[in-house]
Amino acid sequence: MTEVTLNNVVKRYGAQQAVHGISLDIADGEFVVLVGPSGCGKSTTLRMIAGLEDITDGEVAIGGRVVNDLPPRERNISMVFQNYALYPHMDVRENLGFSLKIAKRPQAEIDQAVREAAVILGLEDLMDRKPAALSGGQRQRVAMGRAIVRHPDVFLFDEPLSNLDAKLRTQMRVEIKKLHQKVGNTIIYVTHDQVEAMTLADRIVLMRDGHIVQVGTPLELFNAPVNTFVATFIGSPPMNLVDGEVTNAGMIRLTDGQEIPVPSAARAGVSVGQKVQLGFRADNLSPVGHGVFEDGEAAELDLAVSLSEPLGTETLLFAELAGIEVQGKMLNPRPVSPGERMTFRLTLGKAHVFDADSTNAIRSN
Amino acid sequence: MRRRLPEWFLLLLPAIIIIAAVVLIPLIFSLYSSFTPYKLTRPSTLWKWIGFRNYERILEDWKFWAAFGRTVLVLTIALNLEMLLGLGIALLVNKVTWGQRTLRTILMFPMMFSPILVGFQFKFIFNDNVGLVNNVLQSTGLSDAALPWLVDGKLALFSILFAEIWMSTSVFAILILAGLFAMPRDPLEAAKVDGCTPWQSFRHITLPFLMPFIFIAMTIRSLDVARAYDIVQIMTGGGPARRTELIWTLMARTGYVDAKMGLANAMGYVSILLSIAFTVYFFKKLSAARAQLGMTG
Ligand SMILES: Nc1ncnc2c1ncn2[C@@H]1O[C@H](COP(=O)(O)OP(=O)(O)O)[C@@H](O)[C@H]1O
Ligand SMILES: [Mg+2]
Repeated sequence: MTEVTLNNVVKRYGAQQAVHGISLDIADGEFVVLVGPSGCGKSTTLRMIAGLEDITDGEVAIGGRVVNDLPPRERNISMVFQNYALYPHMDVRENLGFSLKIAKRPQAEIDQAVREAAVILGLEDLMDRKPAALSGGQRQRVAMGRAIVRHPDVFLFDEPLSNLDAKLRTQMRVEIKKLHQKVGNTIIYVTHDQVEAMTLADRIVLMRDGHIVQVGTPLELFNAPVNTFVATFIGSPPMNLVDGEVTNAGMIRLTDGQEIPVPSAARAGVSVGQKVQLGFRADNLSPVGHGVFEDGEAAELDLAVSLSEPLGTETLLFAELAGIEVQGKMLNPRPVSPGERMTFRLTLGKAHVFDADSTNAIRSN
Repeated sequence: MRRRLPEWFLLLLPAIIIIAAVVLIPLIFSLYSSFTPYKLTRPSTLWKWIGFRNYERILEDWKFWAAFGRTVLVLTIALNLEMLLGLGIALLVNKVTWGQRTLRTILMFPMMFSPILVGFQFKFIFNDNVGLVNNVLQSTGLSDAALPWLVDGKLALFSILFAEIWMSTSVFAILILAGLFAMPRDPLEAAKVDGCTPWQSFRHITLPFLMPFIFIAMTIRSLDVARAYDIVQIMTGGGPARRTELIWTLMARTGYVDAKMGLANAMGYVSILLSIAFTVYFFKKLSAARAQLGMTG
């Protein structure tokens, strides 16, 4: 059983604080993704877990054992680095077997483990090559192979896919997920790419400026963002946010005077005169006759389409609402000409209201 | 109209003339004279062709072979010690986080002195009467008598090696330091995670990465060990009784003291072979080490 626990972990570089007291419980076998914009402290956090960075304050425990003062080699972890960090003077076989050789395991066992890893990752034909003679995707696989031969308690990944091209990235993402299903170890995975986070994670930890903003399953973050940062970071395209003010008739008056009812989920949480932002995803703003509409609250908006992006099964429509560019989705698309006015239906049951000052989500419960 | 020489040739002509005058002609002249009994005191001997007689004489001369063997020994000891010391210094400087620039500059100091100055400096330091070393040894009571640093055969060789190493260790230190700076940090971190102790990281990751830099330094040093002539000449002049005679001092003695220029030039060409052998050897090692790192081409 290898759970990982962070208790108020702080990292300071001189006067600058990179990580501000992070607490997190990661269960055995869980796939946790740390995601956030670059510079938010993800790598620093991961490196503190790995033992490559001193922990300024707080506690990191792996499998119930506090590891603050243990060097990396005594933490039984594996790490895959962004630049792969292969040993340039060793061929693939030696790279894979290095950790076992250092651990003085019998040669037969090393050969066996290396062969198994090579089969899992499809490296059999590359065993005698040096890293310099491998493509990016192959290096990536060697780096992963090197991590799995040791059967560590925890895998740490630091942006392992960010140096690959888009197609390979998608492919490797699937392989990592399969790997996790096969070996079942605890994985802590760092990325700045929300798509990777959504597709891979059992649980996402969204960070900003050294703080955790929200922790939850991908769908929790997608459906119930705690603030506008989460709302715009998770999901593609980002959630539309339109400024407005709550009127005494239970409406949100947009800056152009147009009024939209306060979604019922937020109604009890708002007060008259409060400055808010109305948030909704493109999926919930569709031209009438071209969307999936559920019964229930909705608002109809008459908007001029400025741009359309056909994606095949759907078309992304750009339009201006109260001075802000919003995006909607058209299912069963037909050609749309720029400037065309269409009647859109906004599904309020899926919309969110955020306080304009604190950016926090307003919910009734 | 007269055909003009091509422009590139005209532009290169001054350089060609200078190189020919300074390098090529003396080289050809010395090669030619090694096949004559040329004596500085009798210029007419320059025109007498004696074939390989000089070379035969050298190969039969035990004094030459003694100097040759001693030279190989000195080179081997000096290069190895310089490498080890340079590696140690580079690793230490690399660890220092404060004042590293200054340290790096100080490292270069020995390279700035001319070998003659270094020779005089150590001749003074090792002098048996007024030298620093003996003064310190005697005043601290470590030794009663003055040690004959430059007179006793073994001690003199040690003193020369000391001066040589003092002057040239920084070549290794600086090149190895450059290697340490160029070294990617990632593989070292990967090694830590893979279970390496600091010593294992050094042995399995750092050292293989530094090997090309070490061999570059070896190649450079084996090319310029001929500079050792100055130091030996100043400190002992090959003496006492030829016990610190190296190829270069033997050559100079034969050429200028005994005035047998033809013979000396023949020795010169044999010693060039030695230098080439060392250089080729290290260059091969360098290529192999680079191939190890996948740095082909
Ligand atoms: N060695 C260091 N010295 C000083 N500041 C650092 C160091 N490493 C990282 N930082 C700072 O810490 C913050 C978090 O960095 P990092 O964890 O690498 O972010 P990311 O989320 O992109 O991985 C950044 O502001 C970065 O500038
Ligand atoms: Mg990072």
